[in-house]
Amino acid sequence: MNRQRLRGLIRKEALQILRDPSSIAIAFVMPFVLLLLFGYGVSLDARHVPIALVAAHPTAQTSGLFSGFRQSPYFRPRTYADMVAARRALMKGRVDAIIWLRPDFTRTALGGGAAPVGVIANGVNANNARIIEGYIQGVWASWLAAQARERGQPLVVPVDVRSRVWFNPALRSHDYLVPGLIAVIMTLIGALLTALVVAREWERGTMEALMASPATITEILVGKLVPYFFLGMGGMALSVVMAIVVFAVPLVGSLWVLFLCAALFLLTALGMGLLISTIARNQFVAGMIALVTTYLPAFILSGFIFDIHSMPWPIRILTHIIAARYFVSTLQTLFLAGDVWPVIARNMAALAVIAVFFLVTVARISHKRLD
Amino acid sequence: MDTNTPLLDLQDVRKTFRAGGVRVTAVAGVSFMVRPGTITGLLGPDGAGKTTLMRLCAGLLLPDAGRITALGFDSRADAAGIQQSVGYMPQRFGLYEDLTAQENLDLYADLHGVPKAARRARYEELLRLTGLGPFGRRLARDLSGGMKQKLGLACTLVHPPRLLLLDEPTVGVDPISRRELWLIISALAARGDTGILISTAYLDEAERCGHVLLVHNGEVLDQGPPADFRARMTGRSFFATAAVPGRAIQARIMSDAAFLDAVVQRDGVRVVMRAGAQLPVLPGIAFAPVPPRFEDAFVERLRAASPMPPAPPAAAPPAPATSEVMVEVHDLRRFFGPFEAVRGISLRVEGGRIFGLLGANGAGKTTTFRMLCGLLPPSSGTLTVAGIDVRAAPAMARARMGYMSQKFSLYGDLSVAQNLAFFAAAYGLRGARRAERLRWASDAFELAPFWNTNANDLALGFKQRLALSCALIHEPKILFLDEPTSGVDPLARREFWGRINALAAEGVTIMVTTHFMEEAEYCDDLVLMSLGSILAAGTPAEIRARARTPERPDPTMDDAFVALIEAHEAQARRAS
Amino acid sequence: MDWYRVQALVVKEFLALLRNKASRMVLIGPPVIQLIVFSYAATFNLHNVPIAIYNEDAGAAARQLIARFQGSPYFSIERMPKSGRRIRDIISDKKALLVLRIGPRFSRDLALHRTARVEVLVDGRNSNTALIALSDVNAVIQAFSVHWAGTHGWRATPAILVTRAWFNPNLRSRWFIVPGVVGLLTLVVALLVTGLSVAREREAGTFDQLLVTPLGPWEILLGKALPGFLIGSLEATLIIVVAILWFRVPFMGSVLALYLGLFLFLLAAIGVGLAISSASATQQQGLLGVFLFLVPAVILSGFATPIANMPLPVQYLTYLNPLRYFLIILRGVFLEGDGIAILWAQYLPLVAIGLVTMTIATWLFRRRLT
Repeated sequence: MNRQRLRGLIRKEALQILRDPSSIAIAFVMPFVLLLLFGYGVSLDARHVPIALVAAHPTAQTSGLFSGFRQSPYFRPRTYADMVAARRALMKGRVDAIIWLRPDFTRTALGGGAAPVGVIANGVNANNARIIEGYIQGVWASWLAAQARERGQPLVVPVDVRSRVWFNPALRSHDYLVPGLIAVIMTLIGALLTALVVAREWERGTMEALMASPATITEILVGKLVPYFFLGMGGMALSVVMAIVVFAVPLVGSLWVLFLCAALFLLTALGMGLLISTIARNQFVAGMIALVTTYLPAFILSGFIFDIHSMPWPIRILTHIIAARYFVSTLQTLFLAGDVWPVIARNMAALAVIAVFFLVTVARISHKRLD
Repeated sequence: MDTNTPLLDLQDVRKTFRAGGVRVTAVAGVSFMVRPGTITGLLGPDGAGKTTLMRLCAGLLLPDAGRITALGFDSRADAAGIQQSVGYMPQRFGLYEDLTAQENLDLYADLHGVPKAARRARYEELLRLTGLGPFGRRLARDLSGGMKQKLGLACTLVHPPRLLLLDEPTVGVDPISRRELWLIISALAARGDTGILISTAYLDEAERCGHVLLVHNGEVLDQGPPADFRARMTGRSFFATAAVPGRAIQARIMSDAAFLDAVVQRDGVRVVMRAGAQLPVLPGIAFAPVPPRFEDAFVERLRAASPMPPAPPAAAPPAPATSEVMVEVHDLRRFFGPFEAVRGISLRVEGGRIFGLLGANGAGKTTTFRMLCGLLPPSSGTLTVAGIDVRAAPAMARARMGYMSQKFSLYGDLSVAQNLAFFAAAYGLRGARRAERLRWASDAFELAPFWNTNANDLALGFKQRLALSCALIHEPKILFLDEPTSGVDPLARREFWGRINALAAEGVTIMVTTHFMEEAEYCDDLVLMSLGSILAAGTPAEIRARARTPERPDPTMDDAFVALIEAHEAQARRAS
Repeated sequence: MDWYRVQALVVKEFLALLRNKASRMVLIGPPVIQLIVFSYAATFNLHNVPIAIYNEDAGAAARQLIARFQGSPYFSIERMPKSGRRIRDIISDKKALLVLRIGPRFSRDLALHRTARVEVLVDGRNSNTALIALSDVNAVIQAFSVHWAGTHGWRATPAILVTRAWFNPNLRSRWFIVPGVVGLLTLVVALLVTGLSVAREREAGTFDQLLVTPLGPWEILLGKALPGFLIGSLEATLIIVVAILWFRVPFMGSVLALYLGLFLFLLAAIGVGLAISSASATQQQGLLGVFLFLVPAVILSGFATPIANMPLPVQYLTYLNPLRYFLIILRGVFLEGDGIAILWAQYLPLVAIGLVTMTIATWLFRRRLT
């Protein structure tokens, strides 16, 4: 590698970045907007869920149970006189669930026990329905405990589950979504940055002039990689700052590990972009391929939002070739758990393999020839 | 320096490409040499293989057979060695548009390893040579077309190469910039140690080369100094004059088998006889012998090699000068922001005339043309086409006009038939009338063999025919042609003008812009634009007469163009 | 307006789209891949979640509890650590999502009719998965607990929860996702067909050629919009059929209600596509515009996460999103059996958005011409 030629190529690319607002926009404005949009738009924490409360025969017992729902921050209950009205409200989507106490609730509860509390949830959004059911169970369990205390007899159930959640005790979905988002967004941006710029050189005919110059393929590729690497790292830094400052995600791990992993990941994304544009040689096609092959897989197959273990096995195998999968896992660990080396080392090794694969492939399929 | 050692040596070079499952031969056994101190011209029609040859010489493509040695390096074994020392300027030279002229030079200086110490002197020399000195800090995208080409050349020369490969450096450049580019190239060759290989579509440029290669279908048809080509044509070129306009003479002459070629020029027609043919006696036409040109030899060799027969220009009666005014423009202006691109021009075009709009790059002729076709609304002024106010009733005006753009805008993924059928329907033709016009297009333009071929897969000449037939499908009264022959080889250009002349003879008004000054001679009336206003208007003879000086008593259209525009620009500079 | 000329435009547009290999691929490839990947991968239901059980109890009751976990499709027991010191590493190294710890007195407590404790330690790095897994664990233990109480003569609690889910009794998230995919892909196809169409012609120069014909701006716009309608409805129909026949999503409501929604949604989406198309000079700008609209439209539609969870200002923003209304229509018609009467509140905003976007598209288009 000739230092003068490399410096010339890098300076050219840097000047182009500075003069062309679109690269800057992709690197800085896009993560900013996307992170805000996703950060605020994507939340799995249900709050103020509208529910219907129906007591066929209201008593002190029933209102005791209902007051538990009224005090919970998760619910916004409305009382309905009968099931007909409550059902209609559920059908029209005004409430997401109905809590129904039969006329004999009080008598059974005070007598033999095991009085049924009817819960009807709208199962259309299955995930949401399960989360709501979980909240309802919580209210019900604390009501049982309160009842037992009132009567002076301890609550006796065979098995009591004590659960403890590590790394994210409050189960704030932001805390895991935001680090995952950074991975998704940087996949897209890294690939888009390089995919478009190399294709642009082919389109404008500047590539032919470069090819006919003494610069080697390695120099041309490194000359592309270095400026966009720094640009991408800038976007990454912006995303991390936003995660910490705007979304208040705690960073438990150390910053230098984070940036080491980010650098490695960025190489895979840039390498993929280079590969796409080397194959496509056309900005439109390159942009299309970049969108389809980076954004969607990173979104769906990275484990960022959907659990990988639960996928059918062919898709599970597919996730192994997606760099974002490793970066999502690394980021969630670094942000929430800290420098857990067994996890990080495994992921970094995978990222390194993918990065080397992309970069070597690009170098091998690019010749200084036009055919 | 041993002037006999060739800098570039091609021996029986062959190259094929795979295109859509078919092997296409681009270069079929080419051998030639480039020696120091000479300019070797590569001439041939489109698709002859000129660009492929250039890329082969630069080591960007490898030959399938044969060998290429450039500066002692074998292109197969040591392409990197060639690229170290050769200067190559691709057809669309890759200037980085968002870098300044100086930054572009710096990049190529870095790439070619020009030491920092040597740069100053080299830059100074290049900027003086190209006249780009004052524009060093301007972004490349803000340079005019001609300046871009000069900057591209300067970048190629930043490390003085011993072998220079230039692929159509003058294409799409106005006559003034073309002259300047040739001055630089000639000066370089005159130094004696550099060999230059240049491809070009302008046949008059062949005369400036020391050695010419005539390429066709990937083969070298002929090679030698341009004088040799001319010598073979001695005694076969004449200038025909008569009382009728040149176009009418041309139609008469081309119907006679004795003639090989006829081109309207000045106030008559320049004709070339077939080998061995006798000059026939045509009543009313006087023939005077003229010296042969390179182009005469080119046409002869290509007519012999090409299976495509010359299209017979329809022998129609001379244009019936209808008194109807087809285009009337009064005080037309167009602003782009604060910039006034067209500064209050007025003109009128009468029916059945061929009206030419000329101008340098950026003179405002494209803007004017787009306003005339209704593609761009004027900022002020009145504009009627075929008696209809374009701004008030655009649809009615459009139904009477045909338009063919420089890019031969066709739907590339649609077949010839589908393109024609669509435009026929778009102009509201239906039923039997539509079928009849489609048949006409197929017959008149010989499109039947390609009826189901995608427009993208047509050769350039046929694309041009299809574009013209689409523009004429509704029998417009006026036809707008925007640089209709750019990139098309001389033979296809002749055929095209044959058709245009026939159309004019039928009474269709033609409005045309062009970069080829020789084509301006086909026009009945001309308007020469510069810096947004009309500089000169009149018949070709009148325009030429305005550039007459004691030193140049009989200027060509090219001379007139350069002289008038340079004078006007100088005046404008003084005024500002 | 001359229908004959518009028809020619539509035919031309179809030929240009379908005769080109790349655009055929764009229209067919991504939708099919997305349908498969989304429908199979995008599920919140857990299967085979790796767990570890640290059992300190030698009794039969603990073995019964473990057997229940072994028999559950939700879990796959990856580790049975012998010492408590390993638990922390198992979770932080992601060997298991959760560790179930059965104390040494589990069987003894149960035998003495005392409440036995089970501890669950969950990896909260993905809090949604953690929550779902926890509720799955709770369900297994609850079932064990109820069964034990019944068979060993324990006194019942005052009340028990009897849960039923309407419209989707087994809470399959695929039933939720697949109708959503119909909406998503219809939007993508409609935007791709229309969003790049004007820019493509501009780049090829054929746009000027169109403008010099007597075709009016309205005719050209209609010629660009109709192929979007046709291709959008065809692809939507295809995906709906696949959703019903292959993914077995129940279709409870009226076809008419669905297609009225589809028609109005396409109107709105094509309006957006044409507006992007008219505003952009190159295909690349068009592509960027499509992307910039598509991403927020998907996020803020309720496709993956409920709109109700978003902050209030963001919720207001979703009212501008046509996909929001179409998703409600789709899920309503598919799962809840809604008819036209119940969906008025969704149709009207779509009509309004459609009219506004079409007007903007026309305005932008005409402005470009003049």
